[in-house]
Amino acid sequence: MTAIDQSILTLILLLPLAGAALVLLVPDRLRLPNWVALLTALATFGLTLHLPVHFAAAQGGFQFEVNRMWIEGPKIFYHVGIDGLSLWLVVLTGLLAPVGVVASWNAIQERRKLFFALFLAQQTAMFGVFISLDLILYYGFWELSLVPMAILIAMYGRKDGPKAALKFFLFTFIPSAPLLVAILWLYARTGSFDYTTLQVLIAHGNFPAYQMFWVALAFLFAFAVKVPVFPLHGWVADTFSEAPVALAMVVAGKLGLYSMLRFHIGLFPAEARDVAPVMVGLAVIGILYGACLALVQRDFWRLMAFAALSHLSLITLGIYGLTLTGWEGAVYQILNHGVVDGALFLLLGVLYDRYRTSEIGDYGGLAAKLPRTATFFVFASLAMIGLPALGGFVGEFLILLGTFTEVSKGWAITATLGAILGAAYMLWLVQRLFFGPESRLALSKPPEDLRAGQMAVLWPLAALMLVMGVAPMVWLPTIEQGARRPPLKIQYEPALVAPTSIPAEGQR
Amino acid sequence: MNPVPDIFRILPEVILALTGVLIMLIDATLPSHRSRRWLGWVAAFGAMAALWGSLVQLSMPEGTGFSGTVETSAFTIFFHVLICAIVLVTILLSLDTLPENSHHQGEFYALIVFGAVGMCLLTGAVELLVVFIALEISSIATYVLAGYRKQTGRGPEAAIKYFLLGSFATAFLLYGIALIFGATGTTQIYEISRLAPIAENHSFILAGLGLMLVGILFKVSAAPFHVWTPDVYEGAPSPVVALMSTAPKAAAFALLLRVVYEMLPTLRPVWEPLLWVVAVLSMTVGNLAALRQQNVKRMLAYSSIAHAGYLLAAFAGLGNDGIAAASFYIAAYAAMNVGIFAVITLASGYDEKLPLIDDFRGLVYRSPLLGSLLIFFLASLVGIPFTGGFFGKLTSFSAAVGGGAIWLVIIGLLNSGLAAAYYLRLAFVASQRPGDERLAAPAPQVGFAVGAALLFAVAATLVLGIKPDYVVLPAAEAGAHTLQAPPAETSAPGVAALPPPQR
Repeated sequence: MTAIDQSILTLILLLPLAGAALVLLVPDRLRLPNWVALLTALATFGLTLHLPVHFAAAQGGFQFEVNRMWIEGPKIFYHVGIDGLSLWLVVLTGLLAPVGVVASWNAIQERRKLFFALFLAQQTAMFGVFISLDLILYYGFWELSLVPMAILIAMYGRKDGPKAALKFFLFTFIPSAPLLVAILWLYARTGSFDYTTLQVLIAHGNFPAYQMFWVALAFLFAFAVKVPVFPLHGWVADTFSEAPVALAMVVAGKLGLYSMLRFHIGLFPAEARDVAPVMVGLAVIGILYGACLALVQRDFWRLMAFAALSHLSLITLGIYGLTLTGWEGAVYQILNHGVVDGALFLLLGVLYDRYRTSEIGDYGGLAAKLPRTATFFVFASLAMIGLPALGGFVGEFLILLGTFTEVSKGWAITATLGAILGAAYMLWLVQRLFFGPESRLALSKPPEDLRAGQMAVLWPLAALMLVMGVAPMVWLPTIEQGARRPPLKIQYEPALVAPTSIPAEGQR
Repeated sequence: MNPVPDIFRILPEVILALTGVLIMLIDATLPSHRSRRWLGWVAAFGAMAALWGSLVQLSMPEGTGFSGTVETSAFTIFFHVLICAIVLVTILLSLDTLPENSHHQGEFYALIVFGAVGMCLLTGAVELLVVFIALEISSIATYVLAGYRKQTGRGPEAAIKYFLLGSFATAFLLYGIALIFGATGTTQIYEISRLAPIAENHSFILAGLGLMLVGILFKVSAAPFHVWTPDVYEGAPSPVVALMSTAPKAAAFALLLRVVYEMLPTLRPVWEPLLWVVAVLSMTVGNLAALRQQNVKRMLAYSSIAHAGYLLAAFAGLGNDGIAAASFYIAAYAAMNVGIFAVITLASGYDEKLPLIDDFRGLVYRSPLLGSLLIFFLASLVGIPFTGGFFGKLTSFSAAVGGGAIWLVIIGLLNSGLAAAYYLRLAFVASQRPGDERLAAPAPQVGFAVGAALLFAVAATLVLGIKPDYVVLPAAEAGAHTLQAPPAETSAPGVAALPPPQR
């Protein structure tokens, strides 16, 4: 390992924070805060690209690992590292940062320094969640990721920011309380917060089953709220309609889904197996419920919120099917969802900034006025509903394939209905926003299409959607490196139960 | 090795007392029209010197002085440093916020410094009568300080309430001391720990413990002895609240640690369930009441009750763990609480133009610096990671889990979720965009002294959250060294009223 490999994750973690400090120092003139934030975001993205280039997919376990003593009592380590599961999520987070800055370029006019400083701090928190391998370190970033988000929702909320911010915060913070109890309980029993150590100790620990059941449930509960999984989605709609665009595109999904993969199933394979059928059921309900609600929304932020619920439930289905195919599909779909949502939110933000309303009914006939906006929106929508040759298709297909062949044909077929509904609400949204007779709203403002900066972001995103659709093999081998680690394909075959496979991992 | 002269055992107290006397003398002789603001700098200097004095004690061998009545050990030094730091920050805060034309500035600083003498002595005393005297010194100073805004109705009301209820509580403590003296024939803490298990009048000791706990729990404002807190905090000037919500509490918690872990460790089956109940009550009552407050200072008063509860959770921890965790939590709580009261003092001024939560609307827009600091300290009070508040909760609850009190921890963490609701209500209201007329109001200015105070509080809160080792290790040391009198052992130090020079 070279020196850069040793420190790359720490650099990725600290660079946005340094950028945040710099943003606070520069004067608020000539859009200097915006430029500093953009350059920091781009530089961080550049750093994250180092990871896939130097990642050895053939080699198992965590890479770019750093494990140093941080706090002596209780023993907490600065232990970071990535594997195939987290690799692309780190890159995705890096990619979305410049997108977020561009989306906020004109939307944020007041207190820009605070906005961009907090936005960059949020990046650090999210990177931290993906790379932490010490439970307290992880928990720290997990909680920290709430703070900038909540403050920014309160500061820039469209109608009642403080209320939405409080709702968002408490919905995630209160379920974290049992999570912390569970972590402390594990520490009291094993004397370690370390992920890899705990994997071994839990597999061999012979803890009473009912205690482990509650511990695992505490983990799962905290993550399920964050994803969100039906019926814990109460915060999503308000948060999406109040959050600034740059944050709405990252608020739901990947943190919770990744945590499920890594810390619920990764640490408690046996308990996860027990609870998997329930999770599969909830996921399928979530797919249909979210899609149905999305169909009837009049506000496009809320529509996106329920669409997200539906899509994220599909990913949950892939995760708790506990199949290799499903996991690959799930991670792939998280990536695709991030890219597509990034583009869609950017475009909706452009519309909102211009017309100051999110009522779908007020729009109509914009395609003639704003052809570029319309084109990109249609393209991203198609990627979202899973049109073959675009990114969404690969992920959805893998998830449904895994569910169909190895979990349950019935659930898979039901979940497929969700994909059809998804096409319905997205295409209907496109039709109501951009086509049909020109609304008064469309005539009220002079046509002003996407600006150069926005185009500069949207073109790469669109290209990425296409590449993800036609060349998934760029991503899948590395994802498989991470997905192979946990106990897969054992859900309905008790003979191959995990304990034998996990220690082999831990004793690397 | 030469035995340490007794006077060095109370070096910080001596420095503080001299400073206080000096300030009073200057104040009395200065012509009445001269500014007395610089007396605050004298007080700040005295507090710094006392801080240095505590650090000097680090190089002395541990032991007792004045016939076994006061002690210097890692434990006492830890609390001395903490209290002196709090006092220093409070004085810096008062320097810029007390009205310039006040005639009583000299007294104000003298009282703060005298109060600090009592608090420091309280943490170092190992003799129950000295404990009592120290508690009185610190309490009387804070009674007077609480009523410092005489021109408002609430000031004197606060002082009288605090004085009457506080006197009751001290009486309870004294009665408890008397009963324990009756049962064991001594008031020396190490002696009591040796004699208590073999004393004949066991019921006297139990009653004495109960009465002493009432007195101490009153001072730390734990439920159900908390009713004075909101009224007093509301009436007292904000810089004084910054002091009295932290330093006297730290001293009282140090006393509580001494009484339960050191004096009567054998009675753990008795006091542990009691403190369990008090902890749960304090958290729950404090948080539920805070949720309904509209006045910022009352809300923070209830929050301090809740924090007393989280702190008491550490007492479920075994031996050293519990003491270390409690000591750490006190330090973390002090840093963030002084900080938030400093921000509130600055934002609403000495005459408190902005008493209500809704008055803080848009603070972030009006004054980004104060607004961000407010949110930062509130985040620490919520227990957001990488701040002192988080690590305090972590160590406290971790100690409790280690002691097997899993339900206490679950209740505590759910409570901290509840607490987030009212802290963040204030934080989010402050970050909301205000109406244009309020945006035009002048932003509060941050002076040099108060800037230093804020910087100190922010740095302490961050260090306690990011590199807590700097405090965790001394706290663990404090925990290890205070348990030098194992129960039922005849070799306990202090019996011979000598420092242990045998080493």
